[in-house]
Amino acid sequence: MPNILMPALSPTMEEGKLAKWLVKVGDTVKSGDVLAEIETDKATMEVESVDEGVVKALLIAEGTDNVKVNTPIALILGEGETAEAAPAPAAAPAAEAAPSMIEAEAPAPAPTVAAAPAAPKFEAQGDPDLPAGVEMVEMTVRQALNEAMAEELRRDKDVFIIGEEVAEYQGAYKITQNLLQEFGPERIIDTPITEHGFAGLAVGAAFAGLRPIVEFMTWNFAMQAIDQIINSAAKQLYMSGGQVKAPIVFRGPNGVASRVGAQHSQDYSAWYSHVPGLTVIAPYSAADAKGLLKAAIRSPNPVVFLENEILYGSTGLVPKVDDFVLPIGKARIARSGKDVTIVSFSMGMRYATQATEKLVAAGLDVELIDLRTLRPLDIDTVIASVKKTGRLVTVEEGWPQGGIGADISARVMEQAFDYLDAPILRVTGKDVPMPYAANLEKLALPNVDEVIAAVNAVTYRS
Amino acid sequence: MARKAVATKAKAQSNVPEFSREQETEAYREMLLIRRFEEKAGQMYGMGLIGGFCHLYIGQEAVVTGVTMASKKGVDAQITGYRDHGHMLVMGLDPKGVMAELTGREAGLSRGKGGSMHMFSNEHRFYGGNGIVGAQVSLGTGLAFAAKYRGDGSVSLAYFGDGAANQGQVYESFNMAKLWSLPVVFIIENNKYAMGTSIERAAATTDLSTRGASFNIPGEQVDGMDVRLVHDAAERAIEHARSGKGPYILEMLTYRYRGHSMSDPAKYRTKDEVTKYRQERDPIEQVKVRLLEAGYETEESLKKIEADIRAIVTEAADFATTAPEPDAAELWTDITVSA
Ligand SMILES: Cc1ncc(C[n+]2csc(CCOP(=O)(O)OP(=O)(O)O)c2C)c(N)n1
Ligand SMILES: [Mg+2]
Repeated sequence: MPNILMPALSPTMEEGKLAKWLVKVGDTVKSGDVLAEIETDKATMEVESVDEGVVKALLIAEGTDNVKVNTPIALILGEGETAEAAPAPAAAPAAEAAPSMIEAEAPAPAPTVAAAPAAPKFEAQGDPDLPAGVEMVEMTVRQALNEAMAEELRRDKDVFIIGEEVAEYQGAYKITQNLLQEFGPERIIDTPITEHGFAGLAVGAAFAGLRPIVEFMTWNFAMQAIDQIINSAAKQLYMSGGQVKAPIVFRGPNGVASRVGAQHSQDYSAWYSHVPGLTVIAPYSAADAKGLLKAAIRSPNPVVFLENEILYGSTGLVPKVDDFVLPIGKARIARSGKDVTIVSFSMGMRYATQATEKLVAAGLDVELIDLRTLRPLDIDTVIASVKKTGRLVTVEEGWPQGGIGADISARVMEQAFDYLDAPILRVTGKDVPMPYAANLEKLALPNVDEVIAAVNAVTYRS
Repeated sequence: MARKAVATKAKAQSNVPEFSREQETEAYREMLLIRRFEEKAGQMYGMGLIGGFCHLYIGQEAVVTGVTMASKKGVDAQITGYRDHGHMLVMGLDPKGVMAELTGREAGLSRGKGGSMHMFSNEHRFYGGNGIVGAQVSLGTGLAFAAKYRGDGSVSLAYFGDGAANQGQVYESFNMAKLWSLPVVFIIENNKYAMGTSIERAAATTDLSTRGASFNIPGEQVDGMDVRLVHDAAERAIEHARSGKGPYILEMLTYRYRGHSMSDPAKYRTKDEVTKYRQERDPIEQVKVRLLEAGYETEESLKKIEADIRAIVTEAADFATTAPEPDAAELWTDITVSA
């Protein structure tokens, strides 16, 4: 390749100035010799020769501005080489016709990039069948989570728990109660207050094959560590071409707590559900908390497991079977009905459930869906329901913009637009940081009346 | 540079710097105000008038009092975490406004929107009131950056706990503060525990005054229960920062008597340990004894001070209990500055 081309200093550089020639015609150059200096508004660079030979021609004069990348700038011929044809000097760019915005008659432009193949569809499994007559045990969500971890710690020596106050203090919210006593300090590990550090450490341990459960005292503090969750854990499998797995669970209370103000009270559901590579689970009932946490710990993927402080003390029936593991990515139809669909998850289910009870009492046949998993989202169950009811209300504690409800609305529009008999309505937390004052905090949260009002609106009842 | 052996601790003063009569009385009043205010807040929390988290400063009064007495009020900036009521009272913020914020009322310092952990004052240069452990260290370094940028001669006083001292951004801040010679004093309030974790269980090295060693930031360990020693060390550190020599670290050895927040099982320490601090090291008792011994005050005059302070606290509590909640429309204000 006898021609020396104008190099790019960066992937985005399109043109530059040929500032100075350091060789002249007739010079003999060898590889590594500096031929010229080029400049852009951001940087200066030396152009080195990669070949040996004699400079036959300098095609661009010193001091020329706006030399396009890949324009031939010099001709160097090695021993025995001849120029086939003198290269033409770079032509000045032709003035382009002003593009018209109105091209109604023009044919649709042909795509210039190959279309991405469609994403493969995630097929969730159904809940396992329970043996007939199985005993159901009443327990709190707190106990259910605690049992799930204890069982998985017993089952797999690679599972360990790390976080602030998880061991000696028995957990800031007592989710890890008695685990230190049973499993010892090598597996139940108290950390300094250093979220970014211990989250990164745990991800590293997962790369090396362990199965860490990272407890964040609350998800608010995981913002110190969000880089390790997203940049390190979520993307590792993809970046490594499928080689390096990050089997890790990040868990802790998420969402609104009571009267703790803006920095300690917010819902991260939508944030994490945005990220490919993560699995995001947000259970409501005690049974789901147990079955899905066990699934999360066994998952080969990084899982963000969003609990809720206010739900920790609520009770539910959990089947007493040896190994109760629920499928990730499968919504649960909490009540089937034909008039309207309400979709929610986690704490939102409390508002949605209470609203459903009242609406059913008023004669409306409500279908209530608990998403349980937010990524992969079981949109099929939602779509099937909307095809039946024609009306949809979503309920969540998080902010409206870019929320879970916003995403569901978009997907239902794409997949079931013709089945809708009313616009989809979202009931969300208000679009404000969480205030401290008792009256304002109440106003900032979604509530049962708002859910009922939304259902009345989409069913055109008053 | 003046303190060559930066990595090593500057020597603790062997002779205790004495306070003048005025200083003793001032320190006594300030610390007593914090103590009585916090006791009242604890009581009101128990009555359900205050919600959420409420971190009391009882036992640590000498730290913020001594440092603030050595600072230029209204000029030097202060910033801390969520254990912030004492800082505001000593800096001169209105006790009624602080208490009304604790009860979430319109007349609160943050108009009811912040709560215990989030109060601020531009006028007094108090920048909070921060709920995320460690965040105030970078923010405080930024206040010092602004001071240097403007050349306004102010110093930034950034307080944080022994637990916060393990956050990564603390060291990122130390590095920048020294690299750019920023006028900041890092005040570590080492009360031995971060929630239920003792410093020994969380820190590889427990002498926090040397945590700036690899950045060449001088540090001192100070008896944070003696307001005179706190004041003396703070004068030295603030002068160092103000004169352009860069950051300084003060590790205040102190103790919190109450639980971390209001609900705290307190199984991580013995009753004896708490009792020992209260009986033998109490910062307010120390001053009281000296005031009487020196004849600066009498039992009678001290009673008068006590009565004055109680009146202030009672007034604040009554105000905070009866003041109205914010108007519902406040939900939608203060989200962004309207142009
Ligand atoms: C980033 C972050 N992690 C965890 C918490 C929860 N938390 C609040 S205070 C605290 C202990 C802090 O201890 P220390 O720094 O010693 O201050 P102290 O409470 O003793 O004044 C913890 C873990 C938080 N608020 N922010
Ligand atoms: Mg502490």
